Amino acid sequence: MDRDIANIVGSVVPGSPPSAVTNVLDRQIAGLDALEMAARSRPGPLRRIWASAWPVLAAIAIAIGVWEIVVLSGWKPTYVLPGPAQVFPQLGKDLSEPAFWSGLGLTMRRAVIGFALAIVVGAAIGAVVSRVRFLRVAFGSLITGLQTMPSIAWFPLAILLFQLSESAIMFVIVLGAAPSIANGLIAGVDYTPPILLRAGKILGLRGFALYRHLILPASLPAFVTGLKQGWAFAWRSLMAGELLVIIGHHSSLGVRLEYARENIDAPDMIAIMIVILVIGIVIDRLFSAADRALRARRGLDPS
Amino acid sequence: MAVTTRDPQRTTAPSVRIDGVSKAYGTGDGALLALDKVSLSVAPKEFVCILGASGCGKSTLLSVVAGLDRPTLGTVDVGGARVGLMFQEPALFPWLTAAGNVELALRTRGVPKAERRRRAAELLEAVHLGDFGRKRPHELSGGMRQRVAIARALAQDSDVLLMDEPFGALDAMTRDLLHDELERICSERALTVLFVTHNVREAVRLGDRVVLLSSRPGRVVEEFPVLLDRPRRIDSGDVATLAGQITDRLREEVGRHGS
Repeated sequence: MDRDIANIVGSVVPGSPPSAVTNVLDRQIAGLDALEMAARSRPGPLRRIWASAWPVLAAIAIAIGVWEIVVLSGWKPTYVLPGPAQVFPQLGKDLSEPAFWSGLGLTMRRAVIGFALAIVVGAAIGAVVSRVRFLRVAFGSLITGLQTMPSIAWFPLAILLFQLSESAIMFVIVLGAAPSIANGLIAGVDYTPPILLRAGKILGLRGFALYRHLILPASLPAFVTGLKQGWAFAWRSLMAGELLVIIGHHSSLGVRLEYARENIDAPDMIAIMIVILVIGIVIDRLFSAADRALRARRGLDPS
Repeated sequence: MAVTTRDPQRTTAPSVRIDGVSKAYGTGDGALLALDKVSLSVAPKEFVCILGASGCGKSTLLSVVAGLDRPTLGTVDVGGARVGLMFQEPALFPWLTAAGNVELALRTRGVPKAERRRRAAELLEAVHLGDFGRKRPHELSGGMRQRVAIARALAQDSDVLLMDEPFGALDAMTRDLLHDELERICSERALTVLFVTHNVREAVRLGDRVVLLSSRPGRVVEEFPVLLDRPRRIDSGDVATLAGQITDRLREEVGRHGS
């Protein structure tokens, strides 16, 4: 071989460069890497928390301020539109009542079970529809169309089918949330970058392994976005359900809201509305945080 | 000084044999002929650079050799060799760490877990990324990502490495270092390489042979053996002289499309 000949002659051969040459290359590459990596740093955790917290605090302060101004303007009598000074003590009183917490527990149990069912149904539909071209054409736009259907419009049918029962509420939650969840999964599968699919094929990923190692992880961010949207629909459907489907003496959040209206107890009504709003926001923030963490891990962070 | 270029004439069975390969997209009058009867043999351990202007079907040719695409006519024979393919983008899975990406390539080949971990660490070490196995792709620079992609391609234990402008998106300094790195890896592992580029100097810097393709349709126009000593420098006079000759020929070819 020519390589052997070159060795005999004693020149520099690509197969076995002298260690000095290799060391120089090692050092140069390590140096370039060090230079490239040095530029990447981010602010500390306290700074980041403060940076995201103060706009929220400011927004809350402004909202309460505007509310107080509207009340002070005398637009409506205070027994109809009470100010923060009346509502917040009532909220504190509610929060100290065991009955309030058992009602909240009932509502949250429904939310969790309904949303879990919606995830199962939505993910199953999304998985099937994204795989089968025919179903895709037939049901793709229908699923998106279902999202525009206001969930409260399902209740007459739900009550006919299931009477005034938990099942009626669950039915509407699933119908409200599942389309978003299915759509999230379908979008994720659709937008798996083609270059990654090519790389996957070259690596020998096929069939189930292709799904497990490539398509599912690639579609996870879009799926989480779908979950987040699905949660918003589920929460709205649940509140509509609790106002319409009143079962026995279970005083869920929605029932308490309805009773407060019937008793013209405006401070309690607004206090419960605040609780509903806060729960919705907190859970939305949890999904957003999961979404951001997921994207940051993959370098999809816009910042 | 001895000529250390490996001479493809001496080896017997070619590692890659591309025989009269044509590739058309679409049918009838609207069909686009991307490759027109391309024939090319690559000897074992040979480093062949394929050079051409845009529209010469370079990437199509590699896809066909990799088995991702089927030729319309003709055959490709890699003699049962395992074929790895690298793109201009590293195409790493962003949810896996650098080591995880390499391990996945081992996993699809059925390498057991403990062995995977060890081999992945070794391969990353081989591309000078031993300390960066736990980093995710986005935390690495472009050159580092492309080296992870090299490690992943090596993890497939490929005998033949197909590279589609792998350094096209890198800055000159990084590319220069990666040329040295690639040359070292190829000779250490006795790889056969088919390297597509539009950079003439890069082709002369790396190749044992430079194959010039015409554009629309892609056809082999001329082959230039590169009989320069290794290691070469991309800025050396010899490389520049040969690159100049090839560039002239390439321009002539591109000029045909101007009239």
